[in-house]
Amino acid sequence: MPLQPRIIPVLLLHKGGLYKTKQFKKPSYVGDPINAVRIFNEKQVDELMILGIECSVNNSAPNYELIEEIASEAFMPVAYGGGVKSLEIAKKLFGLGIEKVVLNTVLQHNTQIIKEIGDIYGAQAVVACIDFKKNLFGKTNAYFKSGSTKADQSIAQLAKLYEAAGAGELLLNDIDRECTYSGYNQSILKKIVNTVEIPVVISGGASQVSDFSEAAQNGASGMAAGSMFIYQRPHNAVLISYPSNYFYS
Amino acid sequence: MTSIINYNLGNPKSIKNMLSYLGIDAVISDDLNTLKSADRIILPGVGHFAHGMNQLDILGMSDIIKEYALTAQRPILGICLGMQLMTNFSEEGDVEGLCLIDAQTKKFQLQDKSLKIPHMGWNEVSWQKESPVLHGLSEKPRYYFVHSYFVECNNQNDVLGTTHYGQDFVSAFQHNNIIGMQFHPEKSHKFGMELLQNFTKL
Repeated sequence: MPLQPRIIPVLLLHKGGLYKTKQFKKPSYVGDPINAVRIFNEKQVDELMILGIECSVNNSAPNYELIEEIASEAFMPVAYGGGVKSLEIAKKLFGLGIEKVVLNTVLQHNTQIIKEIGDIYGAQAVVACIDFKKNLFGKTNAYFKSGSTKADQSIAQLAKLYEAAGAGELLLNDIDRECTYSGYNQSILKKIVNTVEIPVVISGGASQVSDFSEAAQNGASGMAAGSMFIYQRPHNAVLISYPSNYFYS
Repeated sequence: MTSIINYNLGNPKSIKNMLSYLGIDAVISDDLNTLKSADRIILPGVGHFAHGMNQLDILGMSDIIKEYALTAQRPILGICLGMQLMTNFSEEGDVEGLCLIDAQTKKFQLQDKSLKIPHMGWNEVSWQKESPVLHGLSEKPRYYFVHSYFVECNNQNDVLGTTHYGQDFVSAFQHNNIIGMQFHPEKSHKFGMELLQNFTKL
């Protein structure tokens, strides 16, 4: 039997604080990231994903000091993405106590880095992220650099490319659905799960527990969500929550 | 004092932090004398087996660890790659390990193609024998795993716990003072805390 899929809260770092964006835009301040990690500790979260959202656009380094503090506080596995553009940066992050690195922008011109990192830390430590959104004509394209640079390849082509390059996991992130509570993009999830053998994590649009169950049935190994765990609707007031034992409900 | 071995692989800080949370003193060290004089040692590690052995050799730690575990018979806990390094040999890099326990490390070859490798995520452990390390565990504990290779014990009495992932494999072993855990107690919330706390009482 496959493992119970993981539920993964996503925390966005920006200017040293915890922020939340909508469709990769309008970052709004949520609070102190360490405080959020401690709450997620108490809630016994499966895994945390921390993304430095300014790094690729500003071409800046990860906020090592903050990441180290987060990794030391987290009693659960932590994945980090944002500004991981070299083996040296990845090494530094693993040294700070990160379990996995999430790669996106660097993969536009360098998929070899997947193997370089995997050879040292194992394939499970490398998550290849595919951000995607629809263009004006309704065609879905993959993007690099926080959704600003369109990829030449399709999502499926990138997925195969990253798998062949040695990635341990794929993260599919639907930019259009971020913070919209419109549910996961289940059709792309299904397609990619049937395209690759490595675990696939879906992100963007989670609204309710049934979205997780549906994604799990469609073969997701993990379900990531930001707004759903951080905001209380309808007015998006900050309130961190996390479902307990959703599979047994 | 509990010493956590620093050999530039993986993640010693989260172990130290979980121990601090439990009120237990620990140091992260690559100093051979500190390791020699520790009350107990934790060998962490995430990464490639051959790279890990190479680092231990370069830092002069392999012999110290062997002496500590086999001659002095002091408590030592290997976590994840640290557990695998305690075995005789690994298929990951085809190299010899520390040979602290009669076991070897093999790559998963799963028949069920729907199962992904690495085995990554939360899973259960079926405990196979009694040990002070397992004292007072919570109901239905679960532990976080991330690995593509697994340990196979040659002596069934050494098996402390098994986990099922396409096949049964040894997720924890104990041979007297020598303990290994394939999962990450330091990333397994209260379930991991219970095990680490018990280990530090050895």
